[in-house]
Amino acid sequence: MSANAHGPSEALKGLVRRQYFWGIVAIALLLLVNLVKDPGYLAVSIGQSGNLAGNVIDILRAAAPIILIAVGMCLVVSTGGIDLSVGSVMAVAGAVSMEFLNGASDTVGSGLAAVGLVVIVSAALGAVNGVLVSVVGLQPFISTLVIMLAGRGLAKVITGGQNTTATNETFRWIANGYVLGLPVVFLLALLLALLMGLLVRRSALGLMLEAIGMDAKAARLAGVNRRALLFTVYILGGVLAGFAGVFATASVMTVDVSRTGYQLELDAILAVVIGGTSLAGGKFNITGAVVGAILIATLDKTVVFLGVSSSATPAFKAVVIVVLCLLQSERVRRMFRQRRAAGAARPAEREVVAA
Amino acid sequence: MTATRPVVEMSAITVEFSGVRVLDDVDLTLYPGEVHALMGENGAGKSTLIGALAGTVPIRSGEVRIEGEERTPAGVARSRAEGIATVFQETHLSPHLTVAENVMIGNEVRGTFGIDWKANRARAAEVLARLGLDDLDPRSPLSALSPAVKQLVAVARALVLEPRVLILDEPTSSLDAAEVHTLLRVVRGLRDHGVAVLFVSHFIEQVFDVADRMTVLRGGRFVGEFPADELDRAELISKMIGEDIDALKALRSERLAHHYCASGEPTLRASELGRRGTLDPTDIELSRGEIVGLAGLNGSGRSELARLMGGAERADSGEIWMDGVRVQLRSPGAALRRRVALSTENLRDEGIIRGLTARENIVLALQAMRGWSRPLSAGERAGLVETYLDTLHLSPDDIDRPVEELSGGTQQKVLLARLLATRPHVLILDEPTRGIDIGAKLDIQRRVARLAGEGVAVVFISSQMEEVVRLSDRIVVLKDREKIGELSNGPGVTVDTIVEMIAADLDGESEELFGHDCDTGLVSVKQFTLNCSR
Repeated sequence: MSANAHGPSEALKGLVRRQYFWGIVAIALLLLVNLVKDPGYLAVSIGQSGNLAGNVIDILRAAAPIILIAVGMCLVVSTGGIDLSVGSVMAVAGAVSMEFLNGASDTVGSGLAAVGLVVIVSAALGAVNGVLVSVVGLQPFISTLVIMLAGRGLAKVITGGQNTTATNETFRWIANGYVLGLPVVFLLALLLALLMGLLVRRSALGLMLEAIGMDAKAARLAGVNRRALLFTVYILGGVLAGFAGVFATASVMTVDVSRTGYQLELDAILAVVIGGTSLAGGKFNITGAVVGAILIATLDKTVVFLGVSSSATPAFKAVVIVVLCLLQSERVRRMFRQRRAAGAARPAEREVVAA
Repeated sequence: MTATRPVVEMSAITVEFSGVRVLDDVDLTLYPGEVHALMGENGAGKSTLIGALAGTVPIRSGEVRIEGEERTPAGVARSRAEGIATVFQETHLSPHLTVAENVMIGNEVRGTFGIDWKANRARAAEVLARLGLDDLDPRSPLSALSPAVKQLVAVARALVLEPRVLILDEPTSSLDAAEVHTLLRVVRGLRDHGVAVLFVSHFIEQVFDVADRMTVLRGGRFVGEFPADELDRAELISKMIGEDIDALKALRSERLAHHYCASGEPTLRASELGRRGTLDPTDIELSRGEIVGLAGLNGSGRSELARLMGGAERADSGEIWMDGVRVQLRSPGAALRRRVALSTENLRDEGIIRGLTARENIVLALQAMRGWSRPLSAGERAGLVETYLDTLHLSPDDIDRPVEELSGGTQQKVLLARLLATRPHVLILDEPTRGIDIGAKLDIQRRVARLAGEGVAVVFISSQMEEVVRLSDRIVVLKDREKIGELSNGPGVTVDTIVEMIAADLDGESEELFGHDCDTGLVSVKQFTLNCSR
């Protein structure tokens, strides 16, 4: 009982019981596989000016945009909804910022202005989702599917169908810069995820979202304002996707209107599920979503590193995720528990076998 | 009867949920051709024992013998194959399927080309007819039916199997008198055909009406097994709960002693409040410190009036005034901000949120009132929970468990605590005591009486009219979607008074006779009685 006596072991047990535990295991396993292929895989070198470099750092950098959209998706999913538009919102964010910077001078001010512009535009797109879902009452799947299709079209209109390129050192720094030796993108993503975590758990937002996700009718009778909450959540999801769009375009300072954020909504949904949030809505887990996002990034990098042929890449990814979902499923977990209980009940038998 | 071999023998059954022992060494024996009542308060372990027999609840230790053969791996399919059919308390039906599909699901009649829908409908209709539902179209969607008919459809689903053992868990809680009568007749018919019926109900009269023997549980333990005719009601109740029966009587006299007469501006006044197809325009006044009972049969408009006042449904006519100010109660949230709190009759759908813990459920309404950006501090939350642990006799162990794991009575208390946390001026309780045990009922009724004492205007609805009579200062009687009169409660008012009033009402003319003048309350009743005999 006492936390002091079994502190570390209790904490470990708590971790094992978490849904995202297997996500962490999977990340470790993938890294291990890479390590077997190349013993120097995990090496982190310190480059000039103290910046860390290496495969792990690359993974963290790649995980940043996925972390952001996964956190946003996590909140939307907890209300029983889904947001398919995040990938397209990323493209729009990239298009808006590149178009703006293309015509602006290379100053800190215009870099920040571009980010501000992205926040406004992506919040607006999120608001459209929010209105369609909460006021009009369309199904989230359909509403966000509409924005998913319209968004990419909008991005193409903004850039005139071009893959616009721009130069702005401040904007570029977001993706390629380092603070304390770590990539800025990853730190920013973690910071935003942490802020969102604090926002939902320190305020009552998390409780309200879970309430409407679990039982919208009962929540209404308890006086919960579902409409305003849904509206808020889709805007948050939009803004986070906007930041992810900035991350994705800033590294190359080019927006590829048909590739930026393409199918990333699916990665986000996977990350959320790996993190232990049910697509049926209700209880959600932001830490889990972050773990899921890092796993997806690790998986992507591993596929490339192992040289799996590009045509087989999706299948490889699918296998890993199916195994993971199986391990997490209640039925398999119960099977493990029973086996463990049975094993503990028959120690004598085991000894006989061992002998 | 005892000479025959029992069809079910459960002995020394023990069940644990996450380390908590909910059944401890319980026995149950069912013989073919008997109706066996399983009695106990909420949380006594009735539903768990049923689950253990039906195969939905894993047994930790103990033995289940079916026709003398020991059953080891329990499971729903297994118990079905053994001829055990269960109608659970929450009807597990699919609202989007038709009646016939619901009845036949899992047991479809198949022809050469797959499912033979015509034969299925015919078979469904045949079973439904046995339940007195011969005029129900098997093709109609389930969602169109009233809760009572749904309940009967659930029974029909079980009957399709022609079971040897039929388990009925609270089958009558949403039925009216005629439907109960039909159901009990079917139960007797099945018994005469050799079926063993396990009957669970909170309605003691029904139990004595139909049961041959009963098994009593208390707090997860076996109290005893008795032939129904060797036990009288008071004995049974004392076996179930111990000593609380006198407390109920005391509550009634206490309420009468403090009978409250309202004066001054009413807390809530509704005039011509109505909604087409739901409730005809109705006037009602609620005053500080007064308990107003709404009495009437199922579908009389009592729940509808409650929903209109609580903002759950939008009125299309009439006005609501609170303390002399006109207000709009467009949603339950708006009503709560105006200090009108409503608990609806659907505890499961519109009450508690099952996946959240009791603590979160209690905090929810107050938090929603404040908005999510201004969270209650840990201290405030603890204070709230502390308050209700005490006054509602909630167990501290329950408070951090998901509400779905708690008994019905506890869930109802959690819901009441949620509403009270918003410090309502008007508290509307629709069936707060349905399907819960006498102990919890008493807790809730006492609490309601105390709230009125503290100045809350309470609306109390119950299909058990003696509860309404016991608690109310004033009783508003409804029939066929309209108010037919009001009674000032007093020693002369009984359930019969209300029943006669409903029975005597022909076209709403009698309303004038029941002016709710406090001083003449009793006199009006006499006038009414006169009216009746005339």
